[in-house]
Amino acid sequence: MARAITTRKKAMWTALAWAFGLLMFFPILWTFLTSFKTEATAIADPPVWFFFDWTTENYADVFDRSNYPLALTNSIIIAVGSTLLGILIAVPAAWAMAFVPGRRTKDVLLWMLSTKMLPAVGVLYPLVLVAKWLDILDSRILLVVVLMLINLPIIVWMLYTYFREIPGEILEAARMDGANLRNEILYVLTPMALPGIASTVLLNIILAWNEAFWTILLTTVSAAPLTKFIASFSAPEGLFYAKLSAASMLAIAPILVMGWFSQKQLVRGLTFGAVK
Amino acid sequence: MATQHSRSAARLMIAPAVFALMVWMLIPLCMTLYFSFADYRPMRGSFEPWIGFENYVRFVTSSSFVDSVVTTLQMVGGILLITIVGGVMMALLLDKPMFGQGIVRILVIAPFFVMPTVSALVWKNMFFNVDNGLFSYAFQGLGMEPYDFLSQAPLFSIIVIVAWQWLPFATLILLTAVQSLDSEQLEAAEMDGAPALSRFRYIILPHLSRAITVVILIQTIFLLSIFAEIFVTTNGAFGTRTLTYLVYQRVLESQNIGLGSAGGIIAVILANIVAIFLMRIVGRNLD
Repeated sequence: MARAITTRKKAMWTALAWAFGLLMFFPILWTFLTSFKTEATAIADPPVWFFFDWTTENYADVFDRSNYPLALTNSIIIAVGSTLLGILIAVPAAWAMAFVPGRRTKDVLLWMLSTKMLPAVGVLYPLVLVAKWLDILDSRILLVVVLMLINLPIIVWMLYTYFREIPGEILEAARMDGANLRNEILYVLTPMALPGIASTVLLNIILAWNEAFWTILLTTVSAAPLTKFIASFSAPEGLFYAKLSAASMLAIAPILVMGWFSQKQLVRGLTFGAVK
Repeated sequence: MATQHSRSAARLMIAPAVFALMVWMLIPLCMTLYFSFADYRPMRGSFEPWIGFENYVRFVTSSSFVDSVVTTLQMVGGILLITIVGGVMMALLLDKPMFGQGIVRILVIAPFFVMPTVSALVWKNMFFNVDNGLFSYAFQGLGMEPYDFLSQAPLFSIIVIVAWQWLPFATLILLTAVQSLDSEQLEAAEMDGAPALSRFRYIILPHLSRAITVVILIQTIFLLSIFAEIFVTTNGAFGTRTLTYLVYQRVLESQNIGLGSAGGIIAVILANIVAIFLMRIVGRNLD
């Protein structure tokens, strides 16, 4: 009897949760559907849902007639490049703070976080100016460096929380057995730290991929990633919904997949350990 | 445990990160501070290195500043309200026993991974557009006049777009907090006959209060610098010009660097006020 009530309740919660879930997901679903319509079907009145002649011509169009391939290349280089550069700088720092904590470690960590909270407009013009001086405005290297710096606090922070979970006794045991610092890092820590590093990489590629302040303002064409490329669609009017949808799907699909894998890391990475 | 040797090695390992962030933070910020006291308008070729607090006075006393602060507060407040109330409800719902919980979670979280320019454009054209948007069809289907969201209610429209992006974030964090709730306590309250509303009011809400505070603070910091959504939809027109956007316009559009820099410094100060509270919570958790 009790079991029957539970099942009925469960069915009710299921229905409610799915309704909300689909509501939240609907704009993405609608974009997905529209990307396979012709431009005429895309604005048909009344709207067409599933039963239309599915076409992939929009995707072909986006690839052929625009800067899409360039923007995609730029997005990949900028997101991956800035993340790897960040990891390179952050791993030693996080390692040192987690295993050789000093009196100032906590202050340094908090100070790093505070740089993340600096509003971008506060440093907008100096950055543009310096980029002009160095003649690197609208270059990939500029965005790699800037996005690395923006996300560095998050990278350090995430790595630090992962490293701290590695028990110190293992290190001591390794030292007892005569491991030096290099061996300690190479054979003891790295294998244990790899999952944490991988999650950090994943989340930061997502953050860098979607960053839409610096990528829009510091690029024009040659280094413009997908964020900027899509923003350029805001100008044309008329028959372009299907193409806009196709371009949008291409821009968000890889990150959606990565995002679904990084749900847990999202909480850890963006709350700085304040919620457990 | 740490020897002198490993101490100095540690310092060496931290140095690049600290140096990079120091340079990143100090140099541009000092330059902005410097410009904020100058009359610097490169398009007119005028540069006067020291004009005192004139830029600050002009920036703060202009009506566009007051408007932008009001707009910012309305925008951030509206988004916070939707995401917190919605997030608590979604988190409680997702915590219930159900079929396909993992899939529902994925559906709910997805909007957070959509890049801001895409979500702004999709909402602007495919939902809000008065001629071809889905909302117009829906309104007509209900026998109502189509409503031009972005020109009739531009601020509300942007709030909807950004709230859609951030609701998943609030939900995810609050869900983490809900799941750490001691279920025995809830069951005991239920056995004692406490109605659902009191259980929420006296057990669940106090338990969530910390997580809610954190969500509010983190979101506020990110929301204060909303840019792409405004850039793509209204370009700052129709009362959607936030402080961030106003500074951007002063600096890059009208190229009044001095005035814009003063605005930038004010934005930094305002953001820091929020940041201090967040840092306190984070810092307490570090020990």
